[in-house]
Amino acid sequence: MKRAQFSSSLLPYLFLAPQLAVIFIFFYWPSAEAIRSSFFLEDPFGFGSTFVGFQNYIDTLTSPEYLGIAAFTALFTVLVTFFSLAAGLLLAVKADKVIRGSSAYKTLLISVYAIAPPVAGLIGMMFFDQHIGPFVRLAALFGWEMKVGLNYWDTTFAMVFVAVWKQIPYNFIFFLSGLQSIPASVLEAAVIDCRNGLRRFWTVLAPLLTPTAFFLLIINFTYALFDTFGVIDVMVKDKAANNPITLTYKVYMDGFRGNDLGGSSAQSVILMVVVLVLTVFQFRFLERRVHYG
Amino acid sequence: MYRTNFRDHLVLIIGSLMMLLPVVVAFTTSTHEAADIHMNGLTLVPGDHFAETYETVLTRQGGLTGKVAGLTMLGHSLILGLGFAIGKIVLSMLAAYAIVYFRFRAATAMFWIIFTTLLLPLEVRILPSYEVMHKLGLINTYTGLIVPLLASATGTFFFRQFFKSVPDELLEAARIDGAGPFKFFIDILVPLSRTMIAAMFIIMFVYGWNQYLWPMLMTNDEGFYTLVRGIKQILIVWVGSQIPDYNEAFAMAVLAMLPPVALVVIFQNWFIKGLTESDK
Repeated sequence: MKRAQFSSSLLPYLFLAPQLAVIFIFFYWPSAEAIRSSFFLEDPFGFGSTFVGFQNYIDTLTSPEYLGIAAFTALFTVLVTFFSLAAGLLLAVKADKVIRGSSAYKTLLISVYAIAPPVAGLIGMMFFDQHIGPFVRLAALFGWEMKVGLNYWDTTFAMVFVAVWKQIPYNFIFFLSGLQSIPASVLEAAVIDCRNGLRRFWTVLAPLLTPTAFFLLIINFTYALFDTFGVIDVMVKDKAANNPITLTYKVYMDGFRGNDLGGSSAQSVILMVVVLVLTVFQFRFLERRVHYG
Repeated sequence: MYRTNFRDHLVLIIGSLMMLLPVVVAFTTSTHEAADIHMNGLTLVPGDHFAETYETVLTRQGGLTGKVAGLTMLGHSLILGLGFAIGKIVLSMLAAYAIVYFRFRAATAMFWIIFTTLLLPLEVRILPSYEVMHKLGLINTYTGLIVPLLASATGTFFFRQFFKSVPDELLEAARIDGAGPFKFFIDILVPLSRTMIAAMFIIMFVYGWNQYLWPMLMTNDEGFYTLVRGIKQILIVWVGSQIPDYNEAFAMAVLAMLPPVALVVIFQNWFIKGLTESDK
């Protein structure tokens, strides 16, 4: 809170008005609509809708297809989060250590951040292409006949690979800035007390990095859940039948391809609850167990 | 303190190659002919069809309706990136100014109304958003493309954090000198936020440029496609063709990633500052 503030009864509302207008029209209204229509069954020919209570939720949550996709989404989220955090951390630790060329490495490592997920997906598709893909050829050397787009697990592999690739720069930037904010005195003391580099990392640096890691954990969860839409859409090319998709993609498929407004809305609300739980979890539970240096 | 050793550099070099090689290969491959790529696969060696391929991609009226060229899409991507970045900065600076610098009764309520938007990404409310846009008649308009994306509090949060770190003495001094709310904002706060505005601009431009799902829903008229939105079209055109136009697909990908990547690389210090300070 500022000590000095203007006191005016009208001006603050004037300044807030544009933002509030946008938020009410494009955030609260659609969100309320999502909740409302999740309780209705829309007539497929557009002749009104009937109130069905929790039926859309029951249908969604008891559908084996939905549960299968939910399981896949969980697996996908865990894999993407784990590998992109691990790679980001490894590269940040190394980039923090080297003196010569560190800014060049930094530039090279962050540039991929700016690539749009569908563009990353397109490049990924080429690398995993049946005819021209080098990764397919590489896998063939080990006797692995990779069929991305046809084989469920091969597609999963390619999707996770591209999603991780795209997310590494983000994690790298945050881990590096976290490492660089650790005071030199702490590092020097640690060097005196412990000669073993790996042990020093886990006992001194890692605890000091937990706030960063924790923040990144939540960000990576949301990335894997939502921002990978572009990657998935490009890689499965609308043929979702045998291909792995995430819950977010399913919302889109059911809403825009299947015209199932009620079911899609119910799925939206379920995803909203997941995000809310994640956020509450972030603030209430995990933050207490984290060391803030 | 540390002794740099060979292993550290090795890890970093492998990491950099992993990150960058696909991008470089996308570019070098785009300079070959489609049949050539079909035969020999991806390549690191630049070909001699650079000018040809890029000219085709930029100027040929293609797509399903035959009225959309790469240049048009490039223009739309620019409009979306610039419109979004500028809109976001203006809206969020004003809102953050009101929240931080004014004493009014509903301040806390306003804060929560705005910051709740951080909880729910656009992806979970796409269909109802589409319905709302349809009711408002905003499908295939720039307004429909840009304005709904502004409905989140990321920028507001960022400027709020920054305004809170501005020393109180500035406002006190300004008020003694007789500056009102408008004068203080324009003559003191905005110039003081220059670096922050630049950082926010880069992040938001990249975000806007890279939008995919929203443009896909909001524009079914090819005349409104952005480059990133057009990616999907390339793949659809492919289905059924004997030799897919790999070179043109890669050229499109290069065009779609070049401006945001260049911006981030050139202004990386501002960008990193903005990123690490806004999200925390």
